[in-house]
Formats: sequence, structure tokens, C-alpha cells
Amino acid sequence: MFHIHCPYCDEWREEEEFHPRGQAHIARPEDPAGCSDEQWGDYLFFRDNPRGIHHELWVHAVGCRKFFNVTRHTQSYEILETYRIGERPRFTRDNPDGVVASAPESLDDSDIATAAQEVRA
Amino acid sequence: MSQPNRLDTGGLIDRSRPLRFTFNGKEYSGFHGDTLASALLANGVDVVNRSFKYSRPRGIVAAGAEEPNAVVQLGHTEAEQVPNVRATQQALFEGLTARSTNGWPNVQRDLMGTIGKLGGKLMPPGFYYKTFMAPASLWMTYERYIRKSAGLGRSPLERDPDIYDRINRHCEVLVIGAGPAGLAAALAASRSGARVILCDEQERFGGSLLDGQALLDDRPALQWVEQVLEELAANPEVTLLPRTTANGYHDHNFVTLHERRSEHLAHCAPRVEGRRQSRSRLHRVRAARVVLATGAHERPLVYAGNDVPGNLLCSAVSTYIRRYGVVPGKRLVVSTSNDDGYRAALDWLDAGREVVAVADARPAPDGELVEIARARGIRILPGSAVVEARGEQRVASARVATIDIDAFRVTGASETLDCDTLASSGGFSPVIHLASHTGTRPSWRDDLIAFVPNLPRGMLAAGAAGGTFGLAEVLAEGRDAGLEAASQAGFESAELILPAVASRRDGAAVALFQVPHEKPTLRAPKQFVDLQNDVTAAGIELATREGFESIEHVKRYTAMGFGTDQGKLGNINGMAIAARCLGRSIPEVGTTVFRPNYTPVTFGAIVGRYCGALFDPERYSALHQWHVEQGAEFEDVGQWKRPWYFPRTVNGKRETLHEAVMRECRAVREGVGILDASTLGKIDIQGPDAREFLGRIYTNKWAKLGVGKVRYGLMCKDDGMVMDDGTTSCLAEDHFLMTTTTGGAAGVLEWLELWHQTEWPELDVSFTSVTDHWATMTVTGPMARELMRELTEGIDLDREAFRFMDWREGKVAGVPARVFRISFTGELAYEINVQAHAAMHVWKALFAHGEKYDLTPYGTETMHVLRAEKGFIIAGQDTDGSVTPEDLGMQWAVGYDKPFSWVGQRALTRSDTARQDRKQLVGLKPRDPSVVLEEGAQIVLDPDHPIPMPMVGHVTSSYYSPTLETGFALAVVKGGHQRMGETVYLPCVDGKVHEAEIVSTIFLDPKGERQNV
Repeated sequence: MFHIHCPYCDEWREEEEFHPRGQAHIARPEDPAGCSDEQWGDYLFFRDNPRGIHHELWVHAVGCRKFFNVTRHTQSYEILETYRIGERPRFTRDNPDGVVASAPESLDDSDIATAAQEVRA
Repeated sequence: MSQPNRLDTGGLIDRSRPLRFTFNGKEYSGFHGDTLASALLANGVDVVNRSFKYSRPRGIVAAGAEEPNAVVQLGHTEAEQVPNVRATQQALFEGLTARSTNGWPNVQRDLMGTIGKLGGKLMPPGFYYKTFMAPASLWMTYERYIRKSAGLGRSPLERDPDIYDRINRHCEVLVIGAGPAGLAAALAASRSGARVILCDEQERFGGSLLDGQALLDDRPALQWVEQVLEELAANPEVTLLPRTTANGYHDHNFVTLHERRSEHLAHCAPRVEGRRQSRSRLHRVRAARVVLATGAHERPLVYAGNDVPGNLLCSAVSTYIRRYGVVPGKRLVVSTSNDDGYRAALDWLDAGREVVAVADARPAPDGELVEIARARGIRILPGSAVVEARGEQRVASARVATIDIDAFRVTGASETLDCDTLASSGGFSPVIHLASHTGTRPSWRDDLIAFVPNLPRGMLAAGAAGGTFGLAEVLAEGRDAGLEAASQAGFESAELILPAVASRRDGAAVALFQVPHEKPTLRAPKQFVDLQNDVTAAGIELATREGFESIEHVKRYTAMGFGTDQGKLGNINGMAIAARCLGRSIPEVGTTVFRPNYTPVTFGAIVGRYCGALFDPERYSALHQWHVEQGAEFEDVGQWKRPWYFPRTVNGKRETLHEAVMRECRAVREGVGILDASTLGKIDIQGPDAREFLGRIYTNKWAKLGVGKVRYGLMCKDDGMVMDDGTTSCLAEDHFLMTTTTGGAAGVLEWLELWHQTEWPELDVSFTSVTDHWATMTVTGPMARELMRELTEGIDLDREAFRFMDWREGKVAGVPARVFRISFTGELAYEINVQAHAAMHVWKALFAHGEKYDLTPYGTETMHVLRAEKGFIIAGQDTDGSVTPEDLGMQWAVGYDKPFSWVGQRALTRSDTARQDRKQLVGLKPRDPSVVLEEGAQIVLDPDHPIPMPMVGHVTSSYYSPTLETGFALAVVKGGHQRMGETVYLPCVDGKVHEAEIVSTIFLDPKGERQNV
């Protein structure tokens, strides 16, 4: 059972208080009508299933009710970090050791979309 | 009551406290401090079980959790029955009653044994699957009988009289195992001030120190143990848990400990001062660091006849002699690959019994213990091993021969030695189970001839568990691990001076697993690897010959390491044999995965108090008590208890569901009825952007809904499929009240939060659940207005002033209320919302005034009939996550031209969603009006089509309507909207085929004139 740090409550809580909502950083296309069926299908149905680092969306369901992101290793089940919506992950597939170049910064939506593209690439 | 194998002195038992117990119906006696196993051995009971597959007689092999044979059924009465208890782990108490798990009619004379003996050679691995493969339909029948004869333990048929606890714990350092390493670790960690939990599965703390003669600071080791425990017990930050097995190591240092609180006292937990005590506790521990000090299990050698009772582990022999004062035989032969094997021979000699010989696989053994044995006149046979044990119900002799390990063959002529006990040692395997539970694979070390754990993050190993065996080194490693664990958890290092220990000079061990036989493995007498699952060396060889190369496949083919055993005794030997057969090294073959639980855990402990009434929370509306008093029948809707129907007693007879529902339906259609609708989900939505948010999340338009107005809305996922529906009312420009289905309330609230928090954080809006704060009473029927007039203040109830889909604020029965003109019945209806605490007052006032109108309470069943007559859907019943608003024919609730691309809009034009032959919601009218179609029934177009028939849809809702005087149904049918008037067929399980006509979903009042009055 996971031990999860809620980045909003700033507390370690038991997994029972949370539940996962799938892959993180899936941005809804800005212009759905402009999407082809294939693009819209990709957004709806296609998700990564990596062996290794995975960014996930979780919700502190019986706590603060906030959604946040979790970077989890799918083999070891280790949670490398949790971070708020709008923040960038420190640990990524390209940076599995989480080497910090600069402190996490706030991003706007397009940055998140770009980050999501990077993560999914 | 003699105990022929009991020594007069020695051991940690109390000879002044004799205990009587019953095993397989026969009475025996033992002493306080015994385990069931040690007491059985003291009484000379050789056969304790029959084996799983071949029904061979089996005796006690080990002294701890790794015991494969002495698995018993505990309990005197039916309710007390506990299956699969290891006799080696069960403390003896007065009146203990146990039976062998296998064996019919009894273990001494077993019917299956005869079959097993005859069929033994004919029962290779996979025997059952191969033999009973055809016909497949009969496997279930075969399996029942096979299982009966295999006979694992059985569950009690009566309710468990005991209670159990499940508790959460937190600590900095959890030390698992209280042998020398664990004690040192716990002591060191506790001195740093950290919160420490120390647990051990045995009756007492001390581990290997309980059986040995080790001296610490020139005093018996037990004195040091006492001293350490005294200090730990005095420390308020330390929790000591004896009789507590760490059964599962889970992610992020979450460990489940099973504490047996009363199993050593009686079959049922004794009462203390009249109060029930919990029989056992499950501690759910979240530890910052875990110190694995679980020690090591000795590996037996694999030789022919190694399962005949009287074959034991060397360490078990020592434990029984030293700890329990029991010598399990008279004449001992030892077969060993290392110095530790000599310990058993020396202890045996100290007990005054005869050691026939020690067969040592090493050509020139020279360790300290070897020299002592030699000096004491023990016959040592170097370069040899026991190749075969003989005997039926007990070992009678051992055949010893010189062997060549590398060439895997017997090199010399064998000598037969008369003996009744055969102890073997193939070295020690660290108990790494917990370190493997989260998937970490161990590493093989040639120097130790053992797998050592690769530790998960947050776990440290100390002592034999990590492959360190000398006592001095074990103590030091324990201390270091304790200090390191505390330090990693943020506690200052502390001082701990360890007692001085004389070290022992050991000769090098040799890697021996399976002892060669003169005949090839496949023809030699059975050489057992896994005694509990009856897996032989030949079985493993056969598996590799049949192409099972992966050790995981070998395991599944042979069943090695299955069940309650989890490979404690046999796994390493099995892997070594597989490696030999495949011509690979042991690390190349690798290990199988150990899984929780380490030993069986009773379900009671896992469940704790969460059973019976506490199994799942029940939610009641504010009016629940009234419903109970009226004799309502209830229905579970999610966690809610909702009145299903209110049966009346007519002429001394209680109405059936059908009779009550017919009456309730007529009351609503002809007079006035009332429904407790409090369980509907209610979400309060506030903020300047609330309206914009609703427009994005619902399919229909919200831009122009004025204050005082209500609108029905459909909610889709972004794939265009309906997920929920309900009405939302505009309370103010920036304030709305959303209702959801009863079961969907929590999910919808989370759905709103998801979109707000992740996609549209710029919208200024917030949501809160008010489901429990407001009680909802639906007054509906042609007489509803008359009744409302009598109780309502401040609301003009005239048709033109308070129209359908309006809401008004005022007072009902003197209580502030919001009244909504929403109708789920198709009749004139008022939904009265009042604060929950005032609900009962209003409800009773309505009945006081309603008597003259014959105000009739109705339940969910009537609600369903009434709504279905109107074609109103229930999300989750008429929809299943694959139904779009268009499939429901609800285009009227879809805002195709809204400026923002609302959730679900884009998907409606995807090729799959836009198909014309999708399953669409229609009404079904059975040709025979007395027929009520079955919900879930499949719909076909041609009942004469050969099976399999193409199925074009299914029934989603079906009832009998007293108003229409016919059965009717809602159904989804492929292309159904274009099939109005067509006939479809519904083949039923009873062989009948019903005929029905596709009609509109609205069966009653299609223009809505009844609700709009």
C-alpha cells in the first residue's frame, strides 16, 4: 500500500485516502472541433504503459479533494515525487535521477501541453 | 502418561506444569513451554500426517515456520476449527485438540496411501490434469473428489466465536525477528530515541540463542536476552510483539504483522474480567525503516526415502533437545555438507543417546566442531552421504556411501546403518521472503551457497537473513543496522557495547543439494524436494525434460513451493536440481517469487471488526425511522437504504411487492403519493463562472436559465457517452444547485473537480456536496396542489405563478423550504427541500394533512414504474457507458451550437458514435400484455435463426403498468429509432420466446399534459 505525500496538505497519508485517475499531463486539445477523428481518439483512448517512470494523476479523495501529479516507477512502485497541477516533474524518463537544474516553476497551459508531449514522446 | 522421548532435565519447559492434549482422538501429555510438535515428539508420535498427493506417512521435520508436514487442523468444537496450523508454531495448552489435515480413515492406516503406493510411479507431475483432462465438462466433478482425498485443511462451518482487531501503527524502526541480530538492532535503535517495534513469530524472544549453548560475556546467552528485553520493555517508545509474524512486506515499508494473542492459551480467546478479548491482531505498520533479522532456515539434503518419519533437520534435532528436552529417537545418523550438522550429533550425545555415524560429504572435514566430535568418539564417514533412508512408518536404517558431488554419482559400495533417526543439513538459506514480496529478486552467493536478499528501499538486513552467520558478526551487524536505521530516520547515533563472544572456527562447506543414488533419479526411490506438495527430484527432472525451462514454469508444473508452504524448505534444492538438469548454474536458473503471506493468516485478523453490521457503512435518510415504523421493505442503493415499497396489511394479509406497487402507482396517478428522495446527490455550485462551467460540463445550454428556473441536464464523458443526469436549479446568478443520481453523487462531484482543477482552473467556481444537508420529499399526483396549499406559506402555487420547471423559496409546515416543480412521475409534482433536521416534522405534517387525500408513501419500485411509463431514463440502468444522448433519442437536451466545445461534444461526430446502427433506446410492448419481459433479456429479429442467433439488443428496464394494464419495457436495439412498429423476439432461459413490438419510449401522456397542470 502506497504512502503518498499530498502536495496540498503537505502530509504523508495512506493510499486509502487517494485514488488514481490515469496518466497525468493529458491536455484536452484547445480546439476539439479542429481535431481529426484520429487525433481525438488518441486524446481519448491512447495512454502510455511504460516500464519505469510514469507520471500519474491522483486525487486526495477523502482528504483535501485536490488533484495532483505523482511520478511513480511502475516496476519498483517507488513514488519519486508528487507535485501540484501546473508544476513540472523533476524525475522524467530522460532525467530518472531527478538532477535539478532549477527549482520547479509554475507553467501555463501550453507549457503543460508541451511537457505532456515530451513525456509521451 | 509417559513421554518416552522426554529428558529428565534441560530445556525451557516447565516440568511442574503438565498439560493434557488430544491428537487424532488420542490423549497425550506435555509440559508448559512445549509446542504441539515437541509434545508429539516427546510422546513418540512418528506419523503426524499423510502427504498431499501420494498419501505417504509423514513426520515432523523442522521446529519452526518451515515445517512442511506437521500441518494440523485445530479446534475441539466445530466453530473453533482452524485449518493449516503448523504444530511447530502452536504452543501447547491444556485441552488442546488437533487432528491431522490429511489421512482417511486415519494417518496410520490410510486408504489413499495404498492407492498412492500402487500408483506412485504412475503419478508424475501433471498427473491429475493429464488423466482427468477429458471430458472437460467433468473436471469439476473429478476435482471435488481429488480435493477431498488430497485434503487440505477445512474451514469451520459455524460462525467464529472470536473477535479480531486490525490496527494501524507507525514507527521509525521495525525490527523483524528477535534473535541475536534483531535484539541488538532493536536495542541500538531504541537508544537513539526512535520508536521501535520488535516482533518475533516464536513464543519467546531469543531466536537461535534459545537452542544454543552460546556464552555472551561468559554467561549463558539467555541472561543477555533477559537483560536486553528488560531495557526494551522499560522504554515507552518500544513495542514488543512476541508471537507475531511479519507476514507481508508491501510497498513503501508497509508491513502486516499477525499477532496471535490467545492461541497459546485456549481454542477460544479467554475472557478477562468478563470482557471478550481479541484472538489475534493484524498490525498494519508503516515504518520509516525495516530491519530484516529473520535468520535462516536449514536446508535438508535430498535423498531417497527422505520423507519417512524420523528424517529431520539437524537444527531441529538440536532445538528439540536443547529447548524442549526432547530427543526424537534413539539411534542417530547425520548426513551433512557443513560443520553445523555436527551440532545435532553432539547435542544427541549430550542427551545420552547413541550417534551411529556422521556422513560428511566433504572429503576432509576439519572444523572445530568436527574435531570435538572426533574427540568424543563419533564415527565420521568423510566424502559420503546418506543415499537412501529405509523404513515404513519410521526410519529403520540408512544406506551410506561415498559420493562424487561434481560427477553426481555414488562412488563406493554402500553400508547399511541401523538407526531410527536421520538428521541432514545442506547448509542454511537466509529467510529472504519479506525482502522479495515487493518483487525484488535475491542474488546467489557461491561463498555462502545461498541466496541473499537485494533489499528494497528502506529495508536493512542483519545477521543470517543477510548471509552473516558467526554470532559475534551477527550481533555487530544487528547493532549497526539498528543504528543506521535510526539514523536514516533522523535519530542521533547511540552507544551500544556488545557482549563478548568466543568465535568458532568452521571448515568450508560444500554445495550439496540432491544426493546421487546408484540408480538414475527417475528410477531411484522417491527423493522429495517439497514435502508439503509431494514434489520429487524426479518430478523436477521430468519437468525440465518436458521443456519447462523457466523455474517459474517448473514451479507451476510441479507445484513446488505452492500453498501454505511457499517453498521455505524445498525451493533452493528444487532450483539446484533444475539447474543440474538444465546444465546451468543456480543464479542462471534464478528463483521464483515469494508472495505474501509468509505463513497463513486467518481471515478474521484481516477483517478485524469490519464484519457483520460494520462490514460496509449504511446511509440512512433523515426519514429512515418513519419508514422502518411503517414496515417498509428496503433496497440498497449504493450505501443508502431506500424504501423499496410500503406493504400494507389487507384483510390480515401482507401485500406482496406486486400488490403494493400496483396500489402505490394508482395512488400517484389518481390521487397523491409521496417519495423520500433525500438520497439524490446534491451539489451546491457557486461562483461568478458557475454558469459557464455548467455549460461546459452538461450537454445542454445554461446561458439563459433565469433565477427561479430549473433545467434537466445530461452529463457525458469526453467520449460522448452519458455518465449521469439530473436537474440543476438557478438559485442566483452565481449560485446553482445540481442534483445527481443517488449512486453517482460522489463520482459526479469528483468529475466536476477534475475538470475545474486540471483543465479550467481559470474559472471562478466552487463545489460542495450538500446531499446530507437537505432532505427531499416529492409530493406528486393530481391532488398534490391541494395538499401543498394547506401547508405552504410565501409561495403562490397557482399554475401561472409557479410553473413546471420553476422553483420557489417559502415555508412548508412552518419550515423554510425550497420547492421545485420537477416531475419524475409525469404527474403534477412538488419536490420539497428542507434542512435535514426539520424533515421529519414536515413529513409528518404532510401526512397529517394528507390523510383526507389518502396520501400514499411509495418506494423506489413504484418510482421506477412511474418514470419508465414516461420514458425517463435511469443513468446506469438504461445506460451503461456506451450510450450517447442521441442513442437515447435525447437530442432535445443537446446544445449543438454552444460556443464552448462541451465535454462529449466532439465525440458525437466520431465515425463510431455517428453510426446509424448503434444500439438505441426504444420502448417494447409485449404482444401478450400479461408478460413482463426479463431485464437483461436479449433481443433477436429472427427466432428461427440457428444458434448462435445474432443479438440486436437487450432489455434495460421492464415492469407491469397498472395504468396501462400491460407489461412494458425500455430496451436498446440496434438502429431501433428506425424500427418503430417492428416485431422483435426475446428468447428466455425457460425456452419460451416472447414477442414484442418496438414503440416509443413514452408510454403515457406523450405531450406531458399531466405534469404541466
